[in-house]
Amino acid sequence: MKELVVISGKGGTGKTTLVGSFAALAGGSALADCDVDAPDLYLLLHPEIHHQDEFRAGQVAVIDKESCTRCGRCLEVCRFEAVTPGFSVEALNCEGCGACRVVCPAEAVELQERVAGDWFRGKTTYGPMVYARLRPAEENSGKLVALVRKEARAWAEREGIGLLLTDGPPGIGCPVIASVGNADLALVVTEPTPSGIHDLERALTLCRHFRVPAMVCVNKFDLNPSLDRQVREYCARAQIAVTESIPFDESVPKAIGQGLPLVEFDHGPASCASAAVWSQLRQELMGGQRERRPQKKG
Amino acid sequence: MSAKPVLQIAVASGKGGTGKTTIAVGLVIVTGRCQLLDCDVEEPNAHLFLHPALTRTEKVTLPVPEVNGERCTLCGRCAEACQFHAIAVMGRQVLVFPELCHGCGACSLACPEGAIREAPREIGVVESGKSGKIGFVHGRLNVGEPMATPVIRAVKAQRNGERLTIIDAAPGTACPVVEAVKGSDFCLLVTEPTPFGLSDLRLAVEVMEKLAVPCGVVINRSGEGDEATEAFCATKQLPLLGRIPFDRAIAEAYAHGRHPVYAVPELGRQLEQILDRALACARGNLS
Repeated sequence: MKELVVISGKGGTGKTTLVGSFAALAGGSALADCDVDAPDLYLLLHPEIHHQDEFRAGQVAVIDKESCTRCGRCLEVCRFEAVTPGFSVEALNCEGCGACRVVCPAEAVELQERVAGDWFRGKTTYGPMVYARLRPAEENSGKLVALVRKEARAWAEREGIGLLLTDGPPGIGCPVIASVGNADLALVVTEPTPSGIHDLERALTLCRHFRVPAMVCVNKFDLNPSLDRQVREYCARAQIAVTESIPFDESVPKAIGQGLPLVEFDHGPASCASAAVWSQLRQELMGGQRERRPQKKG
Repeated sequence: MSAKPVLQIAVASGKGGTGKTTIAVGLVIVTGRCQLLDCDVEEPNAHLFLHPALTRTEKVTLPVPEVNGERCTLCGRCAEACQFHAIAVMGRQVLVFPELCHGCGACSLACPEGAIREAPREIGVVESGKSGKIGFVHGRLNVGEPMATPVIRAVKAQRNGERLTIIDAAPGTACPVVEAVKGSDFCLLVTEPTPFGLSDLRLAVEVMEKLAVPCGVVINRSGEGDEATEAFCATKQLPLLGRIPFDRAIAEAYAHGRHPVYAVPELGRQLEQILDRALACARGNLS
């Protein structure tokens, strides 16, 4: 099975809009929404959920008031300001490291598991979809991303589906690392703005670091055609393939408003360009008989 | 309280690309005197518009264990204590996986032989300086490093508290946002009037409720579809601090590396109004 992951570095460059279009154009691929902080792909693909489960990860320290002798050792060793002077634990600050438990002479500290999110399996008209939502202010989004990808892959394999489309999160931190590792191809979506280019470079470095082949797509390219050219030159020097660029198009927010993949909303400029991008990606994914390179764990 | 308290205002959003940085930097420009902390350490961008002279660089490190093989008896207490599987006893040696280490010190506390020493490992940098009268600080997580929060903490440690502090947070609803917004007097949530924007706004509001940081909403690229966002704000009793209309001129100025306030004067007035409302809300909550 081949996996395409769409990332961007900077948020709001159009990842989800593109993945929605790719899903419609591919027809019958498996889908994974790995932006577990702000999952939005479901708003375009409308999965019918038939399985849902809690995601348990990480821990929080709990101090038993009865056995606590208020000796203060936990307060001394905690590096996250999670133990309050009144010897309770501020859950938002607690990393669940258990240093307090190591030093507590009264064995008053217990580590309790957290419910950090929820994940869903559902069917869309375009194929099976797995997505998840981190509970507000929780940690371990990287692990939740790994779970979403694992579940989506397993489902695709069960049904003999040859392609997994993964919608990645913005940034370059743990959830992105968890989304990218071991994928067959990463599409980095950028925009011709100084921020977009700054973040593109960081996202490409990340792909190189984890040895995932990357292609670049410039969205809203006509906002600054000279930066679009600059991206192309930069990528040519770095030997990274660039897809057709996508123009700024007011249909995009309208399609999102209607809850439709752009390519099903109209056949305007951005819609047509998205289709061209997809055919280039498909060629790269299906044509390239590249061997899976050994991955590095993050 | 006699003196006016110095406020800390955060700018956040669930969804990426809604215009957090544009608005945070815009607020900084219209105020003129304040300190900006760019806490989006995965993708810091505010410097691209403010062009600060960065005069100080500090490394951000995490303390990771180093095991003294002569003292170590391979008892395995360190591995037992570590909740992140960052240290393990394999055969006759102890292995450390630095990327997994949170720097909590539990292993060295658990070691009965005093065989674990902690050594700093660099995961990013904090750079600071000035752009005119604006104090500027940002953090930069090294590419390939998973943990952003220690870098965010280091950026926030540079707050001088002499004047208004504006924080540009990372997108999302997870630990980096929590770390950035925590302790602020008020948070401005930037959204866009699409189902994506609204879905992510709902999640962001839940984070603010958990953090007990009062918040208000700014609708960016306002125009079609504002009603759903307005209805949500009304049911949640969230102040709608302002709207910035959809305008291609804003997007083009941004794309050319110019802050849109310089290209669209009306935007400056809107931002002033938004800031005034945010400050009034923050002060109202304090008294």
